[in-house]
Amino acid sequence: MKIISLDPRVERLEFREEHWQPQRPLTAGEQWPTYEVFHMKKRGTQPVHVGIVHAPTPEMALAFAKEQYARRGTTVRLWVVPSDQVYATSPEDEAIFATTPEKIHREPFAYKVKEKIERYKKSQKK
Amino acid sequence: MYGTIHISEEEYGQFAELLKNEDPEKLAEFEDRIQRGEKIEPDDWMPQLYRRQVLRMIEQHAHSEIIGALPEGTWITRAPGFRRKMALMAKVQDEIGHAQLLYSAAETLGKTREEMINDLLAGKSKYSNVFNYPAKTWADVALIGFLVDAGAIINQVTNAKGSYGPYVRALERICYEEAFHLKQGHDAFVALATGTPAQRAMIQDALNRWWQPLMHFFGPPDNISTHTKLLTRWKVKMATNDEMRQWYLDQYVPKIWELGLTLPDPALRKDPETGKWEYSDPDWDEFFRVINGDGPLNKERLAVRRWAEEHGRWIRQALQKPERSYVTPFA
Repeated sequence: MKIISLDPRVERLEFREEHWQPQRPLTAGEQWPTYEVFHMKKRGTQPVHVGIVHAPTPEMALAFAKEQYARRGTTVRLWVVPSDQVYATSPEDEAIFATTPEKIHREPFAYKVKEKIERYKKSQKK
Repeated sequence: MYGTIHISEEEYGQFAELLKNEDPEKLAEFEDRIQRGEKIEPDDWMPQLYRRQVLRMIEQHAHSEIIGALPEGTWITRAPGFRRKMALMAKVQDEIGHAQLLYSAAETLGKTREEMINDLLAGKSKYSNVFNYPAKTWADVALIGFLVDAGAIINQVTNAKGSYGPYVRALERICYEEAFHLKQGHDAFVALATGTPAQRAMIQDALNRWWQPLMHFFGPPDNISTHTKLLTRWKVKMATNDEMRQWYLDQYVPKIWELGLTLPDPALRKDPETGKWEYSDPDWDEFFRVINGDGPLNKERLAVRRWAEEHGRWIRQALQKPERSYVTPFA
């Protein structure tokens, strides 16, 4: 039976109900490997990872990244990196970073000299 | 806006059956992380049930975006005026972009995009029922942009507080873009409602036809099973269907009534004492009939998707570079 559609474009394709049944399924990789996308919003800011695109080549990955991640606001530049070229620490290694916030000797606020200076000045005045 | 299902530690025992194959130590770590309000990332350990449910949820959401672009896409060529045409085109492009973002988030859980599309085309996966109804007039398009997108936003804002990192990130971008969809829809809706008598009649007719699918939008009242409680505890399910329906009615019914339009449910009212909306139950049998493939447009929607996949195949294959192989994306 022919599918009756409100959409003239669909009407022209003359779908029959058997079109609703799957023909040949997509095979693995048919929709291409992925690229990680980095987006720079403004000159002088860091490029930030915003997501992925599927693409057959880096050039097409950039074209898709523009459509996908530069749809609003400002963009000055896009980067794409093949996902299989990214090396990452493993979640089990998260503990390596756990004590960093405790290492306050690396932070400016751990160094308080004002009181000492005031005390010294007072002692000099006497 | 969190769900109202709370589980005390004493009640936790009820989950034993669902979790019997999970490593108790890892499960405890996983749950602690969620309790601390931290997100789960793709390469973290996660219970099987969590992986399955989050994947199913994101995948259905992705399918809803690509199928959802079809009723509006139909109207691009017939949109009244250049500005509305530009807005509609941008919105339809956004929806396809949202599908891409969501498929990417789902992929991190180990199912490839091809597998997801195959399941959609084979009729094995679900998508939002509301897209199986026809957009007969321009008023339907105005209504979809306003009231269907409003429902989608409530759903997405709620889910954006969930626990799965990639889904949360995708939803943040999606919600940002959807704000424009809602505004342009409201604009088109108000233009008709404040227009000529013929235009008002058109939008009223659209409301009469769409009210039931809109009441179906958040799904039937939840049966609060052990399963649901566990998914709520894991911040997969963030609110019950009825809670979301109440938020929706509260925000949007006044915006319809203020234009002097009516809704085809005489029982619809807000109880001033409880602050809850009362309404007649929509036909849930129809809801299940449509979700199982027998709605007005299920066949056409899938036939169009099949046609697009099949006719795009040659170009995807021509561009394929065999030396580069697929790996699951990180985030």
